[in-house]
Amino acid sequence: MKDVIIIGGGVIGCAIARELTRYDLDVALMESEIEVGFGTSKSNSGIIHGGHHTEPGTLKGELVWAGNQRWVELAEELGFGFRRNGDLTVAFDDAEVETLEQIAHQGRDRGIPGIEMWDVDRVRREEPNLSRDIVAALHGPTAGVVNPYEACFALIECAVANGLDLHVNAPVTFISKCPDHFEIIAGGDRFRSRMVVNAAGVHAEVIARLVGLTEPVIRGRKGEEYLLDKRLAGIVSRTIFPCPTPTSKGILVIPTFDETIMVGPTAEAVEDLEDVRTSATGSETVFALARRLVPGISERDCIAEFAGVRAVTPNNDFLIGPTDVPGFVNVAGIQSPGLTAAPSIAELVVQILAEEGLNLSLRSDFRGSMPRPVHAALLSIEELAELATKDPQYAHVVCRCELVTEAEIRDAFVRGARTLDGLKFRTRAGMGRCQGGFCTSRSMNLLAEMSGQPMTEVTKRGSGSWIVREPEHVDGQVVEMT
Amino acid sequence: MTPIEHEGTITHYLCIECPLGCRLEVEEDFDGNIVEVRGHSCKKGESFAKREHTDPRRMVTTTVMVRGGRWPRLPVRTTAAVPKDRVMEVVLLLRSVSVESPITMGDVIVADIAGTGVDVVSSRDMPSGSEGGRELSVAAVER
Amino acid sequence: MRPLSTILDRYDVVIVGAGPAGMAAALAALGTGVERVLMVDREAEAGGILNQCIHNGFGLHYFGEELTGPEYAQRFLTDLLDHNIDIATDCYVVDISLDRVVTLMSPEIGVRQVAAGAVVLAMGARERTRGAIRIPGSRPSGVMTAGLAQKFVNQLGVMPGTRVAILGSGDIGLIMARRMKLEGMDVPGVFEIMPHANGLNRNIVQCLDDFDTPLHLSTTVVEIHGKDRVEGVTVAPVDGQLRPDMSRTRTIQCDTLLVSIGLIPENELSQRLGLRIDPATSGPVVSSTMETSRDGVFAAGNVVHIHDVVDFVSQEALLSGENAGRFVTGRRPPADNIRLSAGINVASIVPHTISSDREHTVYLRVREPLEKSWLRLGSVYEKRLRYVVPAEMVSLKVRPRFLENFHGDTLTIDILPRDEPVRDER
Repeated sequence: MKDVIIIGGGVIGCAIARELTRYDLDVALMESEIEVGFGTSKSNSGIIHGGHHTEPGTLKGELVWAGNQRWVELAEELGFGFRRNGDLTVAFDDAEVETLEQIAHQGRDRGIPGIEMWDVDRVRREEPNLSRDIVAALHGPTAGVVNPYEACFALIECAVANGLDLHVNAPVTFISKCPDHFEIIAGGDRFRSRMVVNAAGVHAEVIARLVGLTEPVIRGRKGEEYLLDKRLAGIVSRTIFPCPTPTSKGILVIPTFDETIMVGPTAEAVEDLEDVRTSATGSETVFALARRLVPGISERDCIAEFAGVRAVTPNNDFLIGPTDVPGFVNVAGIQSPGLTAAPSIAELVVQILAEEGLNLSLRSDFRGSMPRPVHAALLSIEELAELATKDPQYAHVVCRCELVTEAEIRDAFVRGARTLDGLKFRTRAGMGRCQGGFCTSRSMNLLAEMSGQPMTEVTKRGSGSWIVREPEHVDGQVVEMT
Repeated sequence: MTPIEHEGTITHYLCIECPLGCRLEVEEDFDGNIVEVRGHSCKKGESFAKREHTDPRRMVTTTVMVRGGRWPRLPVRTTAAVPKDRVMEVVLLLRSVSVESPITMGDVIVADIAGTGVDVVSSRDMPSGSEGGRELSVAAVER
Repeated sequence: MRPLSTILDRYDVVIVGAGPAGMAAALAALGTGVERVLMVDREAEAGGILNQCIHNGFGLHYFGEELTGPEYAQRFLTDLLDHNIDIATDCYVVDISLDRVVTLMSPEIGVRQVAAGAVVLAMGARERTRGAIRIPGSRPSGVMTAGLAQKFVNQLGVMPGTRVAILGSGDIGLIMARRMKLEGMDVPGVFEIMPHANGLNRNIVQCLDDFDTPLHLSTTVVEIHGKDRVEGVTVAPVDGQLRPDMSRTRTIQCDTLLVSIGLIPENELSQRLGLRIDPATSGPVVSSTMETSRDGVFAAGNVVHIHDVVDFVSQEALLSGENAGRFVTGRRPPADNIRLSAGINVASIVPHTISSDREHTVYLRVREPLEKSWLRLGSVYEKRLRYVVPAEMVSLKVRPRFLENFHGDTLTIDILPRDEPVRDER
């Protein structure tokens, strides 16, 4: 009998899992994909919002600033990358400047420090590659960037180290409410739990209906993003926002944690909650608007594209709270600034569970810190040389574009990677400008060796995503060489 | 004036002898004799057309399985061109072949493949062992 | 053979890449009498991309024979092994400093630094990927470059799929179209966005026609379908501006899409070294001795500009190796005094400068195909050309006597249609 089963291993589910494992509880997490974060979270733009853009009077607004502040500690504790590079919201005319001033107010009211209007000279000095048509900008120093999938892995590894029972490839297909617990079938196995947390992202409505709830109602809003060649690294140092409109934050120019520039996301309502197709119009829109902010950006620099579907509730706000089914908690509609708010969402959910009757007693042996995974690409030559004397596999290059070594690939496997995407998101192998042209066969060979399977069983991201197959079988004829 | 009528078949070929890529036409009569070759700009094109029409041949390059070598596949080639309509037959035969390393470039893998009179030889040295990078030289097979 | 751990701290010439360019450069460097030459390659063996190019058609110019890729590579390797050269395989060059200290890494030696008298960059090219042209649709497995498929099939003995559509009619795509059929896969078609095929005619005939594989010109892939694995692609015809006509799409069932849409020089190290890059080639600017904008750093092969014929790679690389050797021995030729400029219908020229005292082979690419044309080198030389196409590099021998009466510092090369009256300014 579990105390809590969390349904959904996106960044929210992973954050909740880690938070719950602080306590003396038996916690399990069910993730439908082969790895955590493989739903919408991996397509997240990775922005930790400064907190000034979010409207007051919403649950989003209540949680965003606290969440932002927690990211600094989290990154420290769990050893993933986080850079507080700040953001700039730009204005092209006086009407937009007024909007920026309203946002500045909003931010200061929330207690966010350092928010400042910059005039055109300051903007040009600090971000010389921005459009010359920009007349002013609002600087938000508290904003930052993370790799969202790195955060998911770090959170879940910490939770697992503290006793979380993680099940992947375990979609929940049945939930039944009994007097004092829930019966759940996930991935064909049966579980029982006192409480259930519905953090199933775009599938939260489907999950809630399994217990007869009519909330949340989830609609999909797709966002396409485009990654640019590393040669553009440094073209901007802060995340650049256009002046927001009532409906959208707009197309951004994002210097990701790894310094690849990303442009996007779009916002398009989609019927199919798993529609992650990119489109020609999406690409045209993104590049046109990105170029408006940073004229030096061109489609020719694009190296990859992807899309994710946001889970959206009818009032566009988070829906977090107990439900008509005692012990069943909804954590739904966590679209932007969901990533930012994740740590405070996790704390809120624990509070709600306590109010639902969960007995919380802190563990004395909670391991909050995790050792930082090694990234050869971030080390100096001397540090790498040192590592290689102890483990020569640190000197064996697998992915040359991102300088990922065999030792890191092996370590990623130990930490749970079983697919090419799993390796990619943990190590960056395959994310560089050649997009896996060089490293794919090497990574596949290593995965095959480590999992004791033939290369033909290695998948891109589980399920039916095989990469190569055996040749047609022909009866062998051994040739004797004279 | 009525157009001259040809009483045979015309076959088209794309010449590969030089980048011009002339579009060749070979006309034959009812009995299958070549009546005329048209469209070429040089003698090489004319003889290419005739060859392609009467006895088209192709070199075959493919791989066979190899055990114990640096790679699981050994590239092989025919030593001469084989009739075009026997290429797939040659390839299918080779798909069933498996050899043991070490192999030297030029080693005959299958002699007189499918009775064509043409041998299939190894296209490279294939040393034994699965790794390179141990020595300051390529581990070539002893000659 | 000595263990890799006996690698020296200093070499006269270090060559990055042991493919066709690297090997020829190595041979030529050795020929200048330098004592210590090191050739490094990240693969398990020398040979570069030739090891996976198992088809024939290599060496017609250089050896006067038609060889397969591995055979061509073996010729150079055998020659090299008769010399005193160190070849480090499974070894990766992480960095080259401005004073030519080369940082290497391999499991055998860890991370090591080697000082080089001169360096030759011969890292070759990488393929453009789906992301470069942003093909809309989902991201299933089964989308890969033709070169990766070639490695899977020819070296690893696994197949990329069962029904393989190919985007791009360059030679790599055509070669793979044949290879797929030989290995029993279906190829529903090769799709080419331009109105003409990109590869050699012999490949159209021997890779497509021989197998009844259709070539669809002026057509491109507008969407990829499939959740986990490719299930199909939608194709559409394009107009004169290469825009797809979305009212005339059709969907091709397939489980694999090979993308063969061009090569880019591997310019990571070139960028780290701060070399001047020619945007027309995406490779470093080089002098007639194949020296880059940094002293003692030379380059040759696909890393400078994308070649079609490996024989020319070897020629170019011999020059780079010879001059790298001469850089070290102090017997350098006089500096270049003429800049070459790309004029009408010329997309790129390599090398970027020449000197008037020696003969040079200059390689260029045209922008538009022309059946009959004049190649004009400033007003000092002209030559009739037939059938120039962007897909085939044009070579031009520039002889000192052309430049006897030329005293300027820039020569523009134009490729003009031959029906135009030729202005005789000699």
